[in-house]
Amino acid sequence: MRLLAAILLLLAAPALADSNMPPAYWANRQLPDVRQEAAATRLMFEIRCLVCQGQSVADSDAEIAGDMRHLIRSRVAAGEKPAAIRSWLVERYGNWISYTPPAEPIGWPLWAAPFLLLAAGLVLIRKRIARRRAS
Amino acid sequence: MSRALRFLPLAVLAVILGAMVWRLANPGDSVIRSKLEGKPIPAFALPAALPGKPALSSANLATGQPRLLNIFASWCVPCIGEAPVLDQLKHRGVQIDAIAIRDRPADVAQFLARHGDPYQRIGADMDSRVQLALGSSGVPESFVIDGRGIIRYQHVGPIEHDQIRLILAELEKAE
Repeated sequence: MRLLAAILLLLAAPALADSNMPPAYWANRQLPDVRQEAAATRLMFEIRCLVCQGQSVADSDAEIAGDMRHLIRSRVAAGEKPAAIRSWLVERYGNWISYTPPAEPIGWPLWAAPFLLLAAGLVLIRKRIARRRAS
Repeated sequence: MSRALRFLPLAVLAVILGAMVWRLANPGDSVIRSKLEGKPIPAFALPAALPGKPALSSANLATGQPRLLNIFASWCVPCIGEAPVLDQLKHRGVQIDAIAIRDRPADVAQFLARHGDPYQRIGADMDSRVQLALGSSGVPESFVIDGRGIIRYQHVGPIEHDQIRLILAELEKAE
């Protein structure tokens, strides 16, 4: 019986992963100023949720994502620039938190790849044309 | 086109598939660490999480002595497992403060009554604002803070029994 209870408790644990508190004020509420709301939304789509990791805070239902929306909206409402809020978050969580990370040296080959492939293709075509002309 | 070159696309495909399989087998570290290690704790002032317990502000953390700041919540299951470990740390003389995330005073009181209270001060972070300011991404987490209020170490997840030495060593390093 005790073992059963323990097993049931383990199964029930994930349901306790969230608090019983209501979402933060600005988590699911739009700012009255349309322009501010648009700016806040743009940023919320570019900031990664901390616990879901594949979603932006705008998309996520996780509690902490709601708190992050609340943070972003209240700061935008207070007149802060979205870029400043983003860098505040990057300062704490690294570039990982942003879906629009800066181009870092490690990513340069990736940026160069399309041009290199295009160049390789052009060389290939030129060779082929030259061969056809020769024959 | 030479014969060997003909198999180049296949080889490229094999390399890509190999990389994918390797990544699936070794998913890598998904822990998000705070970038504030080595930096001063951000300024904050939180109200008391329950009556009869002092509130917590960033000034309380720079006391000339290293301290442990525990981020917990009454609704956090791993925090229950961590509670006896924190108690042991307290008995070894560690000064522990806490931030309760999204919690009601009654729930915090019940949690402490049931699982022990190793904390000197507890601040209530109702909308995770200070948690986000600390670069923390969940509960439980712990920060070792030195006497000048500099974050010296972040521990993500519950402190396990066999990590007590690790925490004590980090606190010693912060002396």
